[in-house]
Amino acid sequence: MMSLFRDGASSKQASRAAIVLIALVLIALPFALAQAGTAWVRITNLAILFALLSLGLNIVVGFAGLLDLGYIAFYGVGAYCYALLASPHFGLHLPFWVILPIGAAVACLFGVLLGAPTLKLRGDYLAIVTLGFGEIIRIFLNNLSQPLNITNGPQGVTLIDPFRVGSFNFSKPEQWFGLAVSGPIKYYYLLLVVLVLVMIVNVRLQDSRIGRAWVAIREDETAAQAMGINTRNVKLLAFAMGASFGGIAGGMFAAMQGFVSPESFVLVESIMVLAMVVLGGMGNIWGVVLGAILLSFVPELLRYTVEPFQKAVFGKTLIEPEVIRMLLFGLALVLMMLYRPAGLWPSRTRRRELARAKRAR
Amino acid sequence: MDIFLQQLINGLTLGSVYAIVALGYTMVYGIIQLINFAHGEVVMVGAMVALTVIGALAKAVPGMPPFLIMGIAVACAVPVCMAVGYGMERIAYRPLRRAPRLAPLITAIGISIILQHLALLIFSRNPLSFPQILGNRMFEVAGAHISAVQIAIILGSVALMTGLTLLVYKTRLGIAMRATSENVQVAGLMGVNINRVISATFVIGAALGAIAGVMVGTYYGIAHYTMGAMLGLKAFSAAVLGGIGNLAGAMLGGILLGIVEALGAGYIGEFTDLCQVSWLAAGPLAERCADGGNFVLFGSNYQDVFAFFVLIIVLIFRPSGLLGERVSDRA
Repeated sequence: MMSLFRDGASSKQASRAAIVLIALVLIALPFALAQAGTAWVRITNLAILFALLSLGLNIVVGFAGLLDLGYIAFYGVGAYCYALLASPHFGLHLPFWVILPIGAAVACLFGVLLGAPTLKLRGDYLAIVTLGFGEIIRIFLNNLSQPLNITNGPQGVTLIDPFRVGSFNFSKPEQWFGLAVSGPIKYYYLLLVVLVLVMIVNVRLQDSRIGRAWVAIREDETAAQAMGINTRNVKLLAFAMGASFGGIAGGMFAAMQGFVSPESFVLVESIMVLAMVVLGGMGNIWGVVLGAILLSFVPELLRYTVEPFQKAVFGKTLIEPEVIRMLLFGLALVLMMLYRPAGLWPSRTRRRELARAKRAR
Repeated sequence: MDIFLQQLINGLTLGSVYAIVALGYTMVYGIIQLINFAHGEVVMVGAMVALTVIGALAKAVPGMPPFLIMGIAVACAVPVCMAVGYGMERIAYRPLRRAPRLAPLITAIGISIILQHLALLIFSRNPLSFPQILGNRMFEVAGAHISAVQIAIILGSVALMTGLTLLVYKTRLGIAMRATSENVQVAGLMGVNINRVISATFVIGAALGAIAGVMVGTYYGIAHYTMGAMLGLKAFSAAVLGGIGNLAGAMLGGILLGIVEALGAGYIGEFTDLCQVSWLAAGPLAERCADGGNFVLFGSNYQDVFAFFVLIIVLIFRPSGLLGERVSDRA
């Protein structure tokens, strides 16, 4: 913020130009990617989805400093909400602008349900309990096919409706001004708009009274309480808000994929989202988005480079890209914590705090 | 009654394994207030190494007595796990001993992902089956069956717990460990080599984990690279149930959790069968309940949920656990 004002009009103009440039690049991006194959547009969409998830988790972990290892459960709740209310499974086909708020509300409810009894716990206990909660949700999704078939068990729910506004269908390819616009490209624009909105909400939240209260709790809960912050309510709010962002992302995931199953909401996914937040820089909105995009694209790049490389050198695939991806995740988590605990793009307060911790040592 | 006794025996067996794993959590926590999140993976490594050794020996030396094979397998698994435990502490925890609390937890997650996928690479992606070299001799006790493996697991864990108690309360290392858990700085001033004591704690915990891995592998007859996560979580729940940081608590918590889980899995189907509710069975569910049909809300496939409910309930109502004396409130 400071640098924007210090240099006056010229830098303001420069940053405005930069924003316009970035916007143009982002608008043109899917068509460029589509040249390399629609798969890349899909990958980009998933990356944006993960960025949304990371932003939600960032509220809980980055702002409020509460380690949540079951975050993917809220994503799952949102996805299943959408799946059940807009698929032939129950024969319901509600429009998405009705379901997404419902999904967000239900996820929020689950967040409160988890948060209310556990928030007075110390940080590491909280982490384990949230992890257990995530597993419980997964086990329920897996088993709630009997005696009444609610979730359809491990097979999951199929044939989920895409987003539709009137006759405009998000999954149908079309021609706009002579350009071939495929379904994923439409979703890309939608996701981009949602991402920008969520980022704006996050930026506004960060500097608001609530945001500052979260940071105060993260830094020192006792001191925050002494300053008159109702720590329990504010922490609960962080949980609820993070959860509802997860719920919205889940709904969009369900619509985009057209299929959900408990497989998508396992512990590893929670850890992946956490890795994105940690790698990017806990508490910094831009850092988190960067982390999500990096960790979504690097594995795909690996898939396209490592496998052919191994085939060329050894004649067969020795290590599957999936395994390499996980090993790199693990390594990234360890190395980041050891050498750059504030992340690639740290928030200013976090950096200061960590520097202080180092001096104290 | 038979079902009850049978589930009790199964629960006791499982609980003994949980107790041994829980000891690893509780020892580390007692000394440096750290949840060694990757401890479950040590158990997995133990099971995998033992299995590989057993498989190789059973094939190479056909006439070898099973107890000797098991002994050699344990003798191979324990040092490997000790090395893993030591390395883990050196690499991921020691540099972060004064860092914010969440930092070592995150490195622990990283380590556990790395260990899992290394195991996947080294051993196999698919579940490996433990050869049934111990046979499946059954003994009958008051209408319930107990197998030789179950007896061996229960006796083995009793021996391990006794040994650990002696180590902690009778040896110099034990005194140093207890001193360190009271106060790290003061123990250091008294001439205790803190780093060595912490390493020793990790290594002892890992050795116990290795044996637990062999036990759980032989009991279920299977080992998989993801088996450590769930087991570790349950054992952690057990440690919390008993009062984390407390050795006797971990033993008690493990056995209790095992029994709760086994009895829960055995009876939940019966208890949540809505056909037992007369007005439901007569009214809306009549069709399903006819001819001895049932309407079971939760079956035994919810077994894994019990541990988490126990964990959550204990943490809400008695965060210090059953035998824990104090709750430290360090954030």
